Amino acid sequence: MLIRNFLIGAFKPPCNISISFADARTRKQVPLKKENGQTIMVPLFQSQENIVGEVLIEPQQGKKVEHTGVKIELLGQIELYFDRGNFYDFTSLVRELDVPGDLYERKTYPFEFSTVEMPYESYNGVNVRLRWSIHFNLLISVKSSFVSNDLKNNSVQTFIVLSLYILKVTISRNIVSNVVVYQDFVVRNYTPLPSINNSIKMEVGIEDCLHIEFEYNKSKYHLKDVIIGKIYFLLVRIKIKNMELEIRRRESTGAGPNTYVETETLAKYELMDGAPVRGESIPVRLFFSPYELTPTYRNINNKFSVKYYLNLVLVDEEDRRYFKQQEITVYRLLETS
Amino acid sequence: MISDGIEDEEKWLAAAIAGLQQNAFYMHRALDSNNLRDALKYSAQMLSELRTSRLSPHKYYELYMRAFDELRKLEMFFKEEARRGCSIIDLYELVQHAGNILPRLYLLCTVGSVYIKSKEAPAKDILKDLVEMCRGIQHPVRGLFLRSYLSQISRDKLPDIGSEYEGDADTVMDAVEFVLQNFTEMNKLWVRMQYQGPSREKERREKERSELRDLVGKNLHVLSQVEGVDLDMYRDTVLPRVLEQVVNCKDDLAQYYLMDCIIQVFPDEYHLQTLETLLGACPLLQPSVDIKTVLSRLMERLSNYAASSAEVLPEFLQVEAFAKLNNAIGKVIEAQVDMPIAGAVTLYSSLLTFTLHVHPDRLDYVDQILGACVKKLSGKGKLDDSKATKQIVALLSAPLEKYNDIETVLKLSNYPCAMEHLDNGTNKVMAGVIIESIMKNRTRISTADKVEALFELIKGLIKDLDVDLHDEVDEEDFKEEQNSVARLIQMLYNDDPEEMLKIVCTVRKHILAGGPKRLPFTVPPLIFNALKLVRRLQGQEENAAGKEGVATPKKIFQLLNQTIEALAIVPVPELSLRLYLECAEAANDSDLEPVAYEFFTQAYILYEEEISDSRAQVTAIHLIIGTLQRMHVFGVENRDTLTHKATGYSAKLLKKPDQCRAVYACSHLFWVDDNDNIKDGERVLLCLKRALRIANAAQQMATAARGSSKLVVLFIEILSKYLYFFEKGNSEITVAAIQGLIELITTEMQSDNMTSDPAADAFLASTLRYIQFQKQKGGAMGEKYEPIKA
Repeated sequence: MLIRNFLIGAFKPPCNISISFADARTRKQVPLKKENGQTIMVPLFQSQENIVGEVLIEPQQGKKVEHTGVKIELLGQIELYFDRGNFYDFTSLVRELDVPGDLYERKTYPFEFSTVEMPYESYNGVNVRLRWSIHFNLLISVKSSFVSNDLKNNSVQTFIVLSLYILKVTISRNIVSNVVVYQDFVVRNYTPLPSINNSIKMEVGIEDCLHIEFEYNKSKYHLKDVIIGKIYFLLVRIKIKNMELEIRRRESTGAGPNTYVETETLAKYELMDGAPVRGESIPVRLFFSPYELTPTYRNINNKFSVKYYLNLVLVDEEDRRYFKQQEITVYRLLETS
Repeated sequence: MISDGIEDEEKWLAAAIAGLQQNAFYMHRALDSNNLRDALKYSAQMLSELRTSRLSPHKYYELYMRAFDELRKLEMFFKEEARRGCSIIDLYELVQHAGNILPRLYLLCTVGSVYIKSKEAPAKDILKDLVEMCRGIQHPVRGLFLRSYLSQISRDKLPDIGSEYEGDADTVMDAVEFVLQNFTEMNKLWVRMQYQGPSREKERREKERSELRDLVGKNLHVLSQVEGVDLDMYRDTVLPRVLEQVVNCKDDLAQYYLMDCIIQVFPDEYHLQTLETLLGACPLLQPSVDIKTVLSRLMERLSNYAASSAEVLPEFLQVEAFAKLNNAIGKVIEAQVDMPIAGAVTLYSSLLTFTLHVHPDRLDYVDQILGACVKKLSGKGKLDDSKATKQIVALLSAPLEKYNDIETVLKLSNYPCAMEHLDNGTNKVMAGVIIESIMKNRTRISTADKVEALFELIKGLIKDLDVDLHDEVDEEDFKEEQNSVARLIQMLYNDDPEEMLKIVCTVRKHILAGGPKRLPFTVPPLIFNALKLVRRLQGQEENAAGKEGVATPKKIFQLLNQTIEALAIVPVPELSLRLYLECAEAANDSDLEPVAYEFFTQAYILYEEEISDSRAQVTAIHLIIGTLQRMHVFGVENRDTLTHKATGYSAKLLKKPDQCRAVYACSHLFWVDDNDNIKDGERVLLCLKRALRIANAAQQMATAARGSSKLVVLFIEILSKYLYFFEKGNSEITVAAIQGLIELITTEMQSDNMTSDPAADAFLASTLRYIQFQKQKGGAMGEKYEPIKA
């Protein structure tokens, strides 16, 4: 499938450029939320895959495009919102597609990135995004300068954040006023079933007041997994009103004094209604599928981490909350379908 | 304040119903357009109304029923969805995404029902999952209703024997497991209700709890309906598990209700075969449980079962039902220290009823029960608890009714001891019941020992047990009681004179203790009963005469003499006199002259010393004369003495007419038809003449005093006597004398100062007609009468 990206701006671009992937027809497409809130469908890749495609350049009727070079870049970038607009490229692969010259008619440039190492998944968080993209650069040697990249003047809302891998195509026209087209894609990496997956079992309590023992069947869950467990009441001296299990996501960005931590509660799942007595055991069965989880990310390129926690909350009749938080690891299991 | 609470509740209920209906509306719309997502969303919202804590169980039930109806529609929809190819397993997961637990579980149960029907998974696994997940609701009311819903939707889907859900993987055991678990959890929730909320509302909560009890009991009902629960399974699994829960919940309301439930829902045969287990649980229940009612109901059921068919009786023997029940009752009473005495007695009473039904032949059992009861009562004295009293009466009446035979009852050594504990009034009533039973069944009490026992039993009637209370006794009632005792005394009989004498002695011993008020009622029947014996002895007395300790009339008479003497303390001289005379006559028939003489002497003494009322004297003297006339045993001397005395008494009567009548009656003492030795015509005439004189004097006195008199009738009466003796051949009575008397009477009646007395006229006319008749009859008598002119 051909994807056309028309440049937006107050100028008329000298040429139309589109990037397409070789296996576009068969490759899985996943939704990606853009900065402006729109959701678009983009191809899905995983690490070690070959990214193969071509770029089509179509100059405006009767116009000549002079350029000083054509190159294509594969970028993996992290953007931290406290440092908005500054992309940190942790991966940057460049292919020169053409030497400087003139373009009179349409021309296609095939490109290929073989077995690309893409260790990090696309992520779109509260304070950070990780994006993959291909940038196509047409380096143009004309004086007139225009803003080629809508990323510069975007009006992204603070909290709508996209995590992208980007394919960037640049047609170098001049030092400053190149034509740049990019194509986002999503990277997801799959993990095999963990060989060790212990249950989480713990006894907690407040002395002479409340003692419980909880057990979750695993410590590592895949994204469509289900938590099976039970809460066993060893001692109950308070009047409990209900009990719920929360899934919380903790995103930390930056380092040192610039560390930002955001915690979101993704799920509130009532486990128990009413006051149990000593000896009661309450079953837990919570399906992950309704919730939009990502895998756990630990210290991605020293820039950010995303961790998940199960928070068991008991609420008493005076609405006091007693809770115990346990980290779980979330991973992406290869879907076999 | 309270009314406000109720109004508020109405408001809350109305609001909840409104919310439910609104969401139900959207749910219907989603169902109509096959929109599963919306259907789940709105049904969950609809069910959220059930999360309320504000409603009383009663109102909550109303809300629940509405939700229940809506869930039926949802279930239909799920069924349709499954038919259309929607994976039921996915659906089962999908409903579990609901964030709130209560709606989630209602939905899960609803889908679960469809899931079982689809048979895509073994019923047992789904049931197990459902009953397990329902643990999430720990709120008693909400939990009870949820589990009740589970029970409701699963009832027709249990893998019972013969059910379509039975299979290799699903056995009836799984069905039972499931119901038992649901039952256990429901009971725990139900019991917990009472501990929640402030203690001042305890009473209200108890009321609410009992409103909910049928939700719990329903499970037992379901169990009893499961085909596969045979005796073995009941004994090995169902009962022990249910009892374990009952005992462990330590809640009196639940224990009472559930025990009763067990007894009512499972078949009698099962109870009988598991008696030991069932009874074993009883002493373990809370002391405040009304265990007596429970056990009573059990025994009642078993009694009815035994009564239903004779074929089942061997089963009872085989399992030693009695011993087990008896043992259990003992333990329960021991365990429940605070049990009121009435409770214990009720238990024994029920056991007794049971025993009488099942082991009518085992009198020892009955006695054992009474013994145990007495033991329990010992040291308590008389009971003033009306309930306990009532129960003892029931306890004591049961054997009477069953055996219809006091003799059987008398064999029960503990029977009187139990009776001891009744208060005086009830004791009497009970004694009355006993006597009535004897009367009704015409039971012969035939040995002295039994009589002794019986009188011991009814001693409430025989003597004053408590003097203080005596005043309150109603005169009518008292007479009624004593009359029944008198009837009882009459019923005593034995063919053997020896034994009969012993019976008499026994009765005598008892009644003599009865005090002055009773003696007039009790002595006469005893005397007459003894006299009956005397008459039986007549004729056989010769061969018995020599032996020692044998019943002889003489001995009996001695006894009777003393007995009558006892009446002196009352005193009732008229009665005593009659009895003496009866005895004298009996002695006469037995040819015991001295005895008869003694009795007469006693009678005379009474007459002289005790009978002072002139009217009584008249009656007495006529009795004496009548009796004496029939005595043939006396020798001349004795007879003379007695006759002389009698004549003397006659002449000393106060009123002339009485004197006259007594004196002419005395004439018979000298003329006994069938005894030629006593035909003293002269003295007969003397008597009659004396009577005439007295009549005359009376006539004159009356005329002088009042100017008129009806005393002419005396003359006519004397004329009758003349005619009588004339006919009998008393030569002293001459035609002339008769003739003279007739003329005298005629003159008297025609005299001017006589007002006519129709009665006297008629009397005279009929007498004269009789003379005429005798004349006309002819023959010897006709000739004799011929000279008399009328």
